[in-house]
Amino acid sequence: MLRDHRIKVSLLAVGALALAGCGGGGGGGEDETSQSSALRIVYQTTEANATMDDVMKKAKADFEAAHDGVTVNLEPITGSDEDYATKLALSQRSPDTAPDVFYEDTFKIRSDVDAGYLLNLDQYLAEWDDWANFNDGAKEAGRADDGSIYAVPLGTDTRAIWYNKNVLQDAGVDVPWAPKDWNAILEAARAIKSSQPDVVPFNLYAGTGTGEGTVMQSFYQLLYGTGDTLYDDSEGKWVVGSQGFIDSLAFLQTLYQEDLAVTPAEALDPNVWQMVFGQLFPEDKLGGTVEGSYSPSFWQEGGLVDWPEYGDVMGVAPFPTQNGQEPGAVSMSGGWTLAVGANSANPDLAFEFLTEVMSQENSLEYTVANSQIAVRTDVAKDPAYLDANPFVAEVSELVSVTNYRPATADYPQISTAVQEATEAVMMGKKTPEEAAAEFDAAVTDLVGAENTVQK
Amino acid sequence: MTAAEVVARDAVTRGGTERRGRRRPPGRTVLRLLPLSPAVVLLGVFLAGPILWAFYGSLTNAALTGVAAKDPQWVGLENYTELLSDPDFLQSLWLTVIFVLVSAVLGQNLLGLGIALLMTKASKAVSAVVGVCVVAAWVLPEIVAGFVAYAFFNREGTLNQLTALFGIEGTDWLFTVPMLAVILANIWRGTAFSMMVYQAALNDVPEEITEAAMIDGAGGSKRLWYITLPMIRRSIATNLMLITLQTLSVFTLIYVMTAGGPAGASTTLPLMAYEEAFRYSDVGYGTAIAVVMLLIGAVFSVIYIRALRERKG
Repeated sequence: MLRDHRIKVSLLAVGALALAGCGGGGGGGEDETSQSSALRIVYQTTEANATMDDVMKKAKADFEAAHDGVTVNLEPITGSDEDYATKLALSQRSPDTAPDVFYEDTFKIRSDVDAGYLLNLDQYLAEWDDWANFNDGAKEAGRADDGSIYAVPLGTDTRAIWYNKNVLQDAGVDVPWAPKDWNAILEAARAIKSSQPDVVPFNLYAGTGTGEGTVMQSFYQLLYGTGDTLYDDSEGKWVVGSQGFIDSLAFLQTLYQEDLAVTPAEALDPNVWQMVFGQLFPEDKLGGTVEGSYSPSFWQEGGLVDWPEYGDVMGVAPFPTQNGQEPGAVSMSGGWTLAVGANSANPDLAFEFLTEVMSQENSLEYTVANSQIAVRTDVAKDPAYLDANPFVAEVSELVSVTNYRPATADYPQISTAVQEATEAVMMGKKTPEEAAAEFDAAVTDLVGAENTVQK
Repeated sequence: MTAAEVVARDAVTRGGTERRGRRRPPGRTVLRLLPLSPAVVLLGVFLAGPILWAFYGSLTNAALTGVAAKDPQWVGLENYTELLSDPDFLQSLWLTVIFVLVSAVLGQNLLGLGIALLMTKASKAVSAVVGVCVVAAWVLPEIVAGFVAYAFFNREGTLNQLTALFGIEGTDWLFTVPMLAVILANIWRGTAFSMMVYQAALNDVPEEITEAAMIDGAGGSKRLWYITLPMIRRSIATNLMLITLQTLSVFTLIYVMTAGGPAGASTTLPLMAYEEAFRYSDVGYGTAIAVVMLLIGAVFSVIYIRALRERKG
């Protein structure tokens, strides 16, 4: 009997220990006073860009100095956008590993809110004076389907044509160049091809290799300039069977069939953008391409290549609509935000750290070093921002014609279906009509016929 | 024989009349099994557990993001029926079979055997040099081997630079023939393992038997076919099983070289499972692919284990 009793006691003890272990991560908030708190901060760094790291280290030092007993643990993740998103999502699956504050791509916000990863910030923002300094368009980036704000934007971007003046002038194209419609782009590209056979005339990304780059810097620029869209916001349904989709694929087909862009093999290399920024433009081997407003960050000191002359050699022009129809130009925007984890043991402190990172000073440093477009009005007015690179004013104006991705939970898979359509057309495996039909089938399969609308 | 059987046999040999009276207390078998329990628990937790968990996961719509991440639903066999109607999966399955058969069963296995046979005849210096060269590829971590192979087959890689010396313009191997490139890379990387297994096996073939066959007038090929191969059959089966399972799960090498592209032309099942689970965040679907891989591996294992057993008898 005594032995039985002993076993029972030890089993109980083990069980209690296990329970204690499980509970520690989830609900420890009550006992942890601000005297000894730790915050986990997760963000992305890349080889070409360590700004976020600098800003975070500074914020950590300032925050720890101002708050006694608080430890801020920085956990940078070095990798591509996709790898970062995967790592972050995996860490959020358990409250024990979920970060308190993290760097979040705008187009992931809605699906991550659905997943319950993000804390509703409405009550915090109401008491945060600086929130009034954010411009209204940028505030929308963090809004989810329920109308609440879940993330605070760090910066935004636009997309435009970047062209090499030397190449265009050699082909007899006047600079500054401002093509009025798609045809004007093709004409200039053909002129470059006939005058300089070893130069890539005009590149647009295509295929799954470049991932979101394919759609943001290429396909959507085309599609949103046809009058059609990917997603009908008013009805909340995905668009299938649109002529604009076919026309956009046809434009890519022309570029690749006439050898006006890079070769399909090069286009499928995920690192093709490094070739575009690092070699082709600086060596006068590329006429033009569509890229983000952040492009100068790759040419500035400490970027991908050191190219001090880029301000004189490069020019920027808005991407035109299909036939020059209103509003005449089109752009796409994305950007990054900071969010607070829904399971944070110390949400008040976490939000306070978020505001520390978002201060005017830090925001300015991030915006300038990353060649971002300012989301804080007091940063937008700062001379350091306006003089950051020669193109700030031009790319900032495109905010008036910009579009955002339909960032629903289904979006990542639909984006892949778009990339696959561009790949099939680029490689000559399918006609634009066939590829568009396959995309329609894929979308219908993904979201169900009731969530699509025929245009 | 289990403890229960031992007890039963004892009971029988001691005569039927006593049987009822000597029935052992029910707790005794449990007590006798007790020393085994740590091993059983460990096996259950670390081997059976993950497999069962993966199987369970494949019957849900678990995801990394979206509503399904918060509250995964039981979807029954939906992931599996979807797999069967997914042309990407069927292509991936086919590519996996080709990859395993050509790079492991044929390539690594035959090349490894060939090199091992030649090395029994070669001088010490030659076999040392060849051995180091072959084993070098195997010693490299998989990720490094992947980068080396990428640098070799790449558009501006070593292979094309070599062909350019002879005035032949190479193609972009990773783009035009991605499967051939990854198969060759896997043969290059894995041959050393087969070679070493066969070297060890060939060392165990008694020289007297080979010599006796020689005296009987058997030529080289006959000695190989009737003497050597039958004597190392068990090593062949073991080797085939190990390299098949190893090749079935190759991920890093292909991911570094082609990332499964272009247009899925080198997406074997491990890459597809990774892509579905972590790029498209459809964990349930990715897990279903992993379970299918497990089944394929199990089928191969059963075949090889049966082959092994027959040799014994």
